[in-house]
Amino acid sequence: MKQFLSFLKKEFYHIFRDLRTTIIMIVIPVVLVVLFGYAISTEIKSSGLVVLDHGHDLLTQRITDRLISNEYFDFYKQAADYEEIDRLFRKDKIKIAVVFPTGFAENVGNGSEVQLLVDASSPNEATSLIEYATAIINTELSEGALQTTGGITPVVRLLYNPQMKDAYNFVPGVMGMILILICSIMTSVGIVREKEYGSMEVLLVSPLKPIYIILAKAAPYLLISLVNILTILLLSYFLLEVPIRGSLMLVIMLSLLYALVALCLGLFVSTVVSTQKGAMLICAMVLMLPVILLSGMMFPIENMPWILQLISNVIPARWYIVALRDVMIKGLGVLDILPEITILFAMVVGLIVLSVKRFKIRLE
Amino acid sequence: MNVIEADKLTKRFGNFTAVDKISFEVKKGEIFGFLGANGAGKTTAMRILCGLSQPTSGQARVAGFDIYKGTEQIKRHIGYMSQKFSLYGDLKVWENIRLFGGIYGLSDKQLKEKTDEMLFTLQMEDRRDALVDSLPLGWKQKLAFSVAVVHDPQIVFLDEPTGGVDPVTRRQFWELIYQAAERGITVFVTTHYMDEAEYCDRVSIMVDGRIDALDSPKALKRKFNSSSMDEVFYSLARKAQRGE
Repeated sequence: MKQFLSFLKKEFYHIFRDLRTTIIMIVIPVVLVVLFGYAISTEIKSSGLVVLDHGHDLLTQRITDRLISNEYFDFYKQAADYEEIDRLFRKDKIKIAVVFPTGFAENVGNGSEVQLLVDASSPNEATSLIEYATAIINTELSEGALQTTGGITPVVRLLYNPQMKDAYNFVPGVMGMILILICSIMTSVGIVREKEYGSMEVLLVSPLKPIYIILAKAAPYLLISLVNILTILLLSYFLLEVPIRGSLMLVIMLSLLYALVALCLGLFVSTVVSTQKGAMLICAMVLMLPVILLSGMMFPIENMPWILQLISNVIPARWYIVALRDVMIKGLGVLDILPEITILFAMVVGLIVLSVKRFKIRLE
Repeated sequence: MNVIEADKLTKRFGNFTAVDKISFEVKKGEIFGFLGANGAGKTTAMRILCGLSQPTSGQARVAGFDIYKGTEQIKRHIGYMSQKFSLYGDLKVWENIRLFGGIYGLSDKQLKEKTDEMLFTLQMEDRRDALVDSLPLGWKQKLAFSVAVVHDPQIVFLDEPTGGVDPVTRRQFWELIYQAAERGITVFVTTHYMDEAEYCDRVSIMVDGRIDALDSPKALKRKFNSSSMDEVFYSLARKAQRGE
C-alpha cells in the first residue's frame, strides 16, 4: 500500500508540475461548452429577409408583419423588383426573399402561390428557412381564413425540448468528447512516456506490481475527469439552462463509468504503441474522430449507411450519449438505461482483459 | 558465497540465439564487469538476471532465489540503474529519493535518514529541493546510483551507467561504486569503457552470445599477453561473427 501511495504521489507531481497541460485539461471543457453554446450554433437566427409585395393588400401586409416580428428573420427591406432581390443575394445581405403575386388575397384558397427564394449554398440552413417561413405563412392563412379552408390543423407539442435548443443535444456530446480526450489520451501518453524514457524498465525491475502502476496512472485522470464532469454540468445548467431532469447522482455515476471505459481505452492504446506521439495520434484519429462523427452527436445514426451504423456500435460514446440524454433531458431512471450501462460495463471488462494480456510485464 | 549463479543460461528469439549457454558465478561484494560489443547479448543476459525476461533454457539463481520461481523475491533484493533513464526530471531531488525508497518499502524514518545521509555523501544538501532536470548529467547519474542502492540491495545491476559522462565524473562515479562494494553490495556492471573494466574485480567478455573470457583484468592481460584491457577486448571481439 505504501508502495502504491508513493507512486500515486509521483503521478500527481507529474500532473501538477506540468501546469500548462493541467490548465488545458481544466479549461478545455469550459471553452467547448461556451463555443458550442454561443458561437457554433445550427439554430437559425436573424437571417436577412426581403419581401417583394406585388399584392399590396391586407393579407400580404399581415403575413409580412408576422415574418418581421419573428426572431428567425431579420427584415432587410421591401424590394422593388427581382433585380434588387438578386443583387441583395449576391451581396449576401439576405438569405431569403418572399414574393407575393398580384391579387394574392383574392385568390387565396384557389391556387394562389407565394414564392420563396432561398440562398441554398448552405443546404441545411436553407431547408430550415423554408420550413420556418412556410409555417409562419400557413399560420397566418389558417388563422385568417379558417372558415374558408376548413382543413386539418395539426397541433404540435415538442416533448422534452420544447424550445428546440441545440444545447440539449451537444452537452451530452461534449461530455462524451472531453472524457475520451482527457482519460484516454492522457493515460496512454502517461504510460507510454515511462516506456519511452526507459523508466518503465526500472519500475518493472522493482517490486512494484504492474497493476499498481496502472492504477496510479489512471487515478489522477479519473479525478480530473470528475472535475470536468462537474464543470460541464454546472455550465450547462446555469449558463445554457439545460435541465437535469433525472437523478444527478445517476448522471455522475454514468459519466464515471464512461470515463472508466475511456481510461481502459487509453490503457489498451498504451500496450499497442511505444511512443508518445504514436499514442496521441491513435487517440486523436481512432478515438476522437469516431466520437465526433459516429456517436450520433453531430449526425443521426439512423441516417448513416448500414456499415457505419454497425461500426457505431463499438463506439462507447454512442451508448453514453444516448443514456445521458435519457437521464438528463428525458428524466429517465436507472432501469431505462440498463442496456447502455451493461454495454459500457462489458466494454470495461473486455478492454481490461485485452490490456492485461498485452501489457508486457516482461518487456520482451 | 555466490550471489549470482548462472548455469547454461540460453535465450533464443526465433532462430536467433541471443545468449548461448552462459555459465558464471559472481561472489558477494564483488565488482563484476560484464563486457561485450553491441549485440553480443549482454543486455539480454542482464535482463534475464533482473527478472525482466525469461530464459529459454538453463538455470540461474540471483540473491539466492531461482529466476523462474523467485522473481518477486529477486526484485526485492536487487537494485537497477540503466543509462537510458536516471531519475524523474520533473520531481525534486528528495521526492525522487522518497519515491524509490517508498517503492522498495522503506519506512518514513528510514527514508528520512537515508535522504540526509545520501545528500551529505553526494554533497548535494543545498540541492534537496532542486528539480532533477536542473542538475548536470554527472550529478544526476551519481544521484541515480545512490537511489538504486537506497534499499541496500544484495546486488545492483548497472547497465552502462556512465554513458555520455566526462572522465572526471566517471572517476567520481566509480568511487561511489567502491563505497557500495565495501558495504557488501555486489556490483554487476556493463560498460563500453575499457578503463572502467580495469576497475572491476573480475570481468567477463561476451562474444556472439557466449562468454569467451572470464577472469580478473590482471590475469586476462597476462593470458592474452596484452598491456591493457583494450587490447584484450579487441583480440576477442575481432572474432565476432555477428554485427550490431
